[in-house]
Amino acid sequence: MASSVSAIAERDLPARYKGLGRRRFNSFLGTGLALFCALVAAASLLAILGYVVRQGVGAINWEFLTDVPHPIGVPGGGVGNGIVGSLIIIGIATLMALPVGLLTGIYLALFGRGVLPESLRFLSDVLSGVPSIAIGLFAYALLVAPFKHFSAFSASFAFMMLMLPLLVRTSEQAIRTVPQTVREGALALGMSNFRATIQIVLPTALPAIVTALLLAIARVTGETAPLLFTAFGSQFWETNPGNPMAELSLQVFTYAISPYPSWQAQAWGGALLLIVAVFVLSLGARLMLARAMRGLSE
Amino acid sequence: MTAVAAPAEILATDDLSAYYGEHKAVGDVSIQFRRKAVTALIGPSGCGKTTLLRCLNRIHEVLFDARVTGRVLLDGHDIYATDMDPMRVRRRIGMVFQRPNPFPTLSILDNVLACGRHGLTREQKLQVAERALRAAALWDEVKDKLKTSPLRLSGGQQQRLCIARAIAAEPEVLLMDEPTASLDPIATAVIEELMCSLAKEFTIVAVTHNMQQAARVSDVTAFMLADETRIGRLIEVDDTSKLFTKPRDPRTEDYITGRFG
Repeated sequence: MASSVSAIAERDLPARYKGLGRRRFNSFLGTGLALFCALVAAASLLAILGYVVRQGVGAINWEFLTDVPHPIGVPGGGVGNGIVGSLIIIGIATLMALPVGLLTGIYLALFGRGVLPESLRFLSDVLSGVPSIAIGLFAYALLVAPFKHFSAFSASFAFMMLMLPLLVRTSEQAIRTVPQTVREGALALGMSNFRATIQIVLPTALPAIVTALLLAIARVTGETAPLLFTAFGSQFWETNPGNPMAELSLQVFTYAISPYPSWQAQAWGGALLLIVAVFVLSLGARLMLARAMRGLSE
Repeated sequence: MTAVAAPAEILATDDLSAYYGEHKAVGDVSIQFRRKAVTALIGPSGCGKTTLLRCLNRIHEVLFDARVTGRVLLDGHDIYATDMDPMRVRRRIGMVFQRPNPFPTLSILDNVLACGRHGLTREQKLQVAERALRAAALWDEVKDKLKTSPLRLSGGQQQRLCIARAIAAEPEVLLMDEPTASLDPIATAVIEELMCSLAKEFTIVAVTHNMQQAARVSDVTAFMLADETRIGRLIEVDDTSKLFTKPRDPRTEDYITGRFG
């Protein structure tokens, strides 16, 4: 900036231009402080990641990924049934939450004013703030206690309740960001409101909706509390959603609080798998969002 | 206010008022639109010309809290009658918007066919699309990339695509809301030429705040002005040549001679 052109001495300037040095210093101070805080935040994240990788990477091998847990004293064993269980429980939860969440989001985006939509929004915000253990308890009271039988489905139901508010609000937002001119263009061709939404507005909002879905899945992937009294856990290859089922984060919990060093090592391995899964989901979400942004500005 | 004696009218409003919530944006407009002619709606910003246009295909009412009173007669039938389906109305009265709004996720071809010409074979659909694109003077520029995204086209091409999309539905009336507002002079000239040629087949009602454009493309011009309570009123409507040379209302004269607005 300080080229030969701007070689005007500070003292020659009118008073209102003076004090540049102090402003420059303040700006430097502020920027430096912000940078420092950002580094602290990044460092603690990296520390967690690094620690989990260091502790967990030793536990990960083929047997760990594909075998069921072994009884105490029998070496080896794995979390294969937990991985499968996670996929089944989260899969069923997604299948239930996606249509309900998406259609509710469409409803709010299209007919978003009035008492019913406003109360829906409020309820959805409340639901997203309810602790997951309370939602697990609700699923227990509704789907476990009456049948006196733990089940993977009750866990899916709890996960669905956790995903719903996220999906509702984010798909509403995604649909709202589609320009009104695009929607009016469709209506002006004589399309019905519903068809204009499904055929024109929704595809335009799709990348953002997929992003929201991936983030919602990532959110429940890390949940443990609702599983304690719904899926309950299992030592076996269990694929029937009507029965208790193993789940990865639940296994991490059980192993971590056990007194056996071999199980504790496996807990770190499981934790690493969970972090990798969430990392991949978040990365996928970011890539989708970047694509969506490009698509809109193109 | 005087109406043009036009027996060949296709579209007419009768005491039409349009509201946004409590605010009346257009007040008591009665105007006839001549069949297969270009009618230009001119007037300063905020005079209600776009709102009036948006009442003619019932797109005004899709905005929250927007409503309309009075009648709009299409071939003598009120399009606001309770048994009139707005979707059918919009099929017969197409619209081109101020900014090109191609559907971003559809190909150029699918944009043109978006009005949903059901019961046609693939071949016939291609014919419909080609005819519409030719009529919109866009065919030669896009015939080799019909399956590509419309977002790669220039602004002027996108606007002609929107015109092709509107006329593929074979409407009787084509509404155009400042169709060249976002285009450069060359693209504007192309669209203006297009408006003149389309008038042989369609009835066109176009909003413009460019008086030269109104003079160049329209057969009839209507002048609107907001009154002291910000309600848009129709001041005068006449053959374009008469309105620009011998305006009857002093406010029209003030506007076209550049004394305000």
